[in-house]
Amino acid sequence: MSFLNYLINGLSLGSVYAIIALGYTMVYGIAKMLNFAHGDIIMVGSYLVYSSMTMAGLHPVLSILIAVIGCMVLGVVTERVAYRPLRGASSSLAVLITAIGVSYLLQNLSLLIFGADPKAFTSVITWKGITLFDGALQIRGTAIVTILVGLVVLFGLQAFIRHTKSGQAMLAVAQDKGAATLCGIDVNRTIAITFAIGSSLAAVAGVLFCSTYPTITPYIGAMPGIKAFVAAVFGGIGSIPGAMIGGLTLGVIEILSRTYISSQLSDAIVFAILIVVLLVRPTGLLGKRVMEKV
Amino acid sequence: MSILEVNDLEVYYGVIRALKSISFRVEEGETVALIGANGAGKTTTLHTISGLIPMRKGQMIFDGKDLSRIKPHALAAMGMAHVPEGRRVFADMTVLQNLKLGAFSRKQKAETEETLQMVYARFPRLEERKNQIAGTLSGGEQQMLAIGRALMSRPKLVLMDEPSMGLSPIFVNEIFDIIAGMKADGVTVLLVEQNAKKALSVADRAYVLETGEIVLSGDAKELMDNERIRKAYLGE
Repeated sequence: MSFLNYLINGLSLGSVYAIIALGYTMVYGIAKMLNFAHGDIIMVGSYLVYSSMTMAGLHPVLSILIAVIGCMVLGVVTERVAYRPLRGASSSLAVLITAIGVSYLLQNLSLLIFGADPKAFTSVITWKGITLFDGALQIRGTAIVTILVGLVVLFGLQAFIRHTKSGQAMLAVAQDKGAATLCGIDVNRTIAITFAIGSSLAAVAGVLFCSTYPTITPYIGAMPGIKAFVAAVFGGIGSIPGAMIGGLTLGVIEILSRTYISSQLSDAIVFAILIVVLLVRPTGLLGKRVMEKV
Repeated sequence: MSILEVNDLEVYYGVIRALKSISFRVEEGETVALIGANGAGKTTTLHTISGLIPMRKGQMIFDGKDLSRIKPHALAAMGMAHVPEGRRVFADMTVLQNLKLGAFSRKQKAETEETLQMVYARFPRLEERKNQIAGTLSGGEQQMLAIGRALMSRPKLVLMDEPSMGLSPIFVNEIFDIIAGMKADGVTVLLVEQNAKKALSVADRAYVLETGEIVLSGDAKELMDNERIRKAYLGE
């Protein structure tokens, strides 16, 4: 029974990775850039919830809304100010380095505003969870909510892309910016929408992450950010179902290896598996093999 | 009134002057061909009109509006459509999704549906394959899809870039039949082609581009009898 419990905890952590990975993968697929500041948006989201809920005493739902909108604006503004001017730059390294710069900027701004000492995050999920099989299996409410939110985000995103004009524009821009422009699609606007969605998802992930691990520092975004990036690559970067599968797999591997092998080695195991997967399938689990243009 | 008027257009790639002060016009309802060898500047001309390449000097007037301050993505809504070289369909999406993206700037759903039926009437094969992934179509079918996608915006002017390139002879004939059919329906076309013979047979007027300059222009039938054209482009 305890295995089942660990599995559910793994899926819960994996859902957080998956939600972050979705942002990575969408931005990569559409803007063709790796936004290394994406993880720090999670941290900003957590601080926004902390300051509006714990410090200002607002209702949890309102606090989450503030965090989501705040991160959405932050994502769009960083894209507009820091990344868009570099689009079409001769080297794609320029925007990558800028993203790393934005990451440090966000971390240090938080350090300046909130200080270095960790803040205790009050979980927004108060539900205790359910007990099954006469107490043999206890599932925390946080885990259930996290997994459910992950599924809602995945299916919501798929529906958005399939059934809305903005979603179709995203697919078109991802495949051929020039042809998309000729169809009347505003490429800049489409990329801004992608950043808005990715960053608000990061805020959601931040809330869920801190509900499970309730300590906030200016650096909490870094590790889940990197792991979500690994998840996106693992699943095949650019693929939305890939990000989901990659995230869930990563979460489960991390929790199971932490439990059954070694808590110190769990991260090493996660990255070792990534290396093996990439050796066997360089484009990730669901990634497309890049065809050469004829 | 000319639907498109290009005056003294100059375009540079770095320090290389790709277009040397070219001027031409397209009247409403006309099919105008821009012919010339590889590297003469034909595609550059179309890309500049569509705003994908910036111009250095000159003036472009489309439907009475100066294009110098207009964003490329706004041209579709103004009535310009571009069938790009190499077709460039959205290969991972279905035929229907591709067509609907062609009507992206249109707001009314009912109108899009009506235009879709018109495009299907012109290209029955696209209707048969509407749920097929575009990348799995044959080259000729992809060209039909690229033309259909352009027509979805109900354009006042269609720019066509090398529609016959890379197609089998049967499909080349079919594509030129389609262009003739569009002309019969009153669609205005600016056609860029290496296949000068075919282009001249379908066009009303033509301009001959050589290394970034217009060296000849006139009635398509007359150009076909022009000795210089016959030697250089028709292989006689």
